[in-house]
Amino acid sequence: MRMQARTETDLINDDIGETKRLELYKTQLVIRDAEQRAHDLFLQNLVKGTSHLSLGQEGVAAGFACAMKHGDLSFCTYRGHAHTLARGVPVEKVLGELMGRDNGLMRGKGGSMHLTSELHGVMGSYAIIGAHLPIACGAAWRAQYKGQKDVSVCFFGDGTTNIGAFHEALNFAVIWNLPVVFVCENNLYMEYTPISDVTAVQNPAGDRASAYGLPKIVIDGNDADVVYREALKAYDRARSGGGPSLIECLTYRHSGHSRADPAKYRPEGELERWKQRDPIKIYRERLAQFGISEKAISDIDAHVKREVDEATEKCKAAPPTSLDILTTDVYADGGYAWRN
Amino acid sequence: MAELSYRDAVIRGISQEMERDQDVVFLGEDVAKAGGVFKATVGLYDKFGPLRVRDTPISEQAILGAAMGAAMTGLKPIAEIMFSDFIAVCFDYIANEFPKSRYMTNGQTKCPLVVRTGNGAGSRFGAQHSQSVENWCMMIPGLKVVAPSSPRDVIGLLAASVRDPDPVIFLEHKSLYSIKGEVPDGEIVDTLGTAKILRPGKDATILALAMMVPRALASAEKLATEHGIECEVIDVRSLVPLDTQTILGSVARTNRLFTVEENPRLCGWGAEIVSIVADEAFYDLDGPPVRITTPHCPLPASDLLEDAMLPNVDRIVDRIRRTMGA
Repeated sequence: MRMQARTETDLINDDIGETKRLELYKTQLVIRDAEQRAHDLFLQNLVKGTSHLSLGQEGVAAGFACAMKHGDLSFCTYRGHAHTLARGVPVEKVLGELMGRDNGLMRGKGGSMHLTSELHGVMGSYAIIGAHLPIACGAAWRAQYKGQKDVSVCFFGDGTTNIGAFHEALNFAVIWNLPVVFVCENNLYMEYTPISDVTAVQNPAGDRASAYGLPKIVIDGNDADVVYREALKAYDRARSGGGPSLIECLTYRHSGHSRADPAKYRPEGELERWKQRDPIKIYRERLAQFGISEKAISDIDAHVKREVDEATEKCKAAPPTSLDILTTDVYADGGYAWRN
Repeated sequence: MAELSYRDAVIRGISQEMERDQDVVFLGEDVAKAGGVFKATVGLYDKFGPLRVRDTPISEQAILGAAMGAAMTGLKPIAEIMFSDFIAVCFDYIANEFPKSRYMTNGQTKCPLVVRTGNGAGSRFGAQHSQSVENWCMMIPGLKVVAPSSPRDVIGLLAASVRDPDPVIFLEHKSLYSIKGEVPDGEIVDTLGTAKILRPGKDATILALAMMVPRALASAEKLATEHGIECEVIDVRSLVPLDTQTILGSVARTNRLFTVEENPRLCGWGAEIVSIVADEAFYDLDGPPVRITTPHCPLPASDLLEDAMLPNVDRIVDRIRRTMGA
């Protein structure tokens, strides 16, 4: 998975192009800075509850989101900040939700694990492992039934491949030929346990694909270009009636499973080795290889830092959520009445 | 007006809604080409075609998950879970996904779907194919729970459930599929959250649901003719929303309350209603409310044992007669 040196021909035939590359870089950086800020806010006790960060996994979220069209749908897990931000949800909305403020994406009713923004095509973050794979199938079924061309993209971790819903959804998506893309982010650990200790095959998603008649696709999730290209292929397949895809992205989370996890179970040197393959680092080098100036890159860095700083200040200044919404939206009539 | 079986009422109800709205789609195990294991969906596949009536694998999580994803994005799916006992293998959708999405997202998402399922005892299928699971669903904020007892109510309440913007668990009683009843011609649409007084009476109120409704009615007849006790029989029909006004109104007239519940005793729907009555109509009562339920046991398979486990007319009559001092 070493980077290939770019030739002059590569530059000319660059299929991704400068505009998209800058978008890929900025998207990864927004995730990196916002996730780091979420972590800092935890330490200041301004974020309560739990949180599952995607530090180190930005390439997957950016690659898939930047290849989407408006109207495509994302289905995320409890580790969903990255995928939510990648669809363009403002940092302020995400941090506000984590902090339980009135400016939060769901005004504090969902929290870190349930980020949702229908407006941006983020159809929910699901905290029960595997639950959203069948749900993504259902959204894809609707597209198929109505002749609509959007793709449902479902993100999940390596641990999800060992729960029943994963297998039910894969089989279901194939037999109904649904326009859904399943994206396994293999960060090597299911919570605290190495995925290889608890899985019958080496590639938890890739090696299961053949059971559902799908090709084995395992890619470098830390290279946003690789992810982006694979995403485009899968979306095209889905949109053209070619059915579902299952893509395993190899990546690594730099922090523990959740806020409570110092990740002491990792062998010595593993984190450092993966940090050499940090997706942001890889991408900065990629931009330089393609002749994008240091100034253009540092402008993006400064812009993103300012965005995250301003979002943080707005959230700190925002009032906590009003108790007025405590019992709203249980039922479609807006309330929670279950009797007359 | 025509006489229709409860089973055929299911077919007519689904058909009525699918004819009305192209967004209504139907999925489940053996429901399409085979017409359902209870023959309650025969002909729908031929009528509406393979895009709208779809057979699924034995994958209850995929069935309910797909229904939810479709509902969130613009369809109005009817999903069948063959036996209500199987809700246990896809309970995540019932307990965590359908009912919580709207609240968690501060009203961003919707989930207008119906889960139809074969509920209840009487078929000698044993402990894992005979349960009454309405209480599993009733306790969850965000769900609606409906259980019809007559062919007419099957059509009307199913239509109301399909048109409802919230997720509805629609419990069809397996032992009622063959009963027949008068059904008016034309479109039938009922209202969720309305109980029905099926028999007026001045001495006691009997609440019942699904298969316990005909048993409550038969018991009321016997109590009237043999013991001179006039019972008002109410078909609760919908546990959520719950029509407490009809129930409280009846208790205010009769001053006595009995519930007849097929479910095992603990945390049955009757306990919630008794609690409401104790709280809001305590001084209307002339005696303690009495719950007549299945004991806190799994259901046995043999006909003799299963019959002995469930509330039947003799048990209901005896319990009410003794309580009333007659």
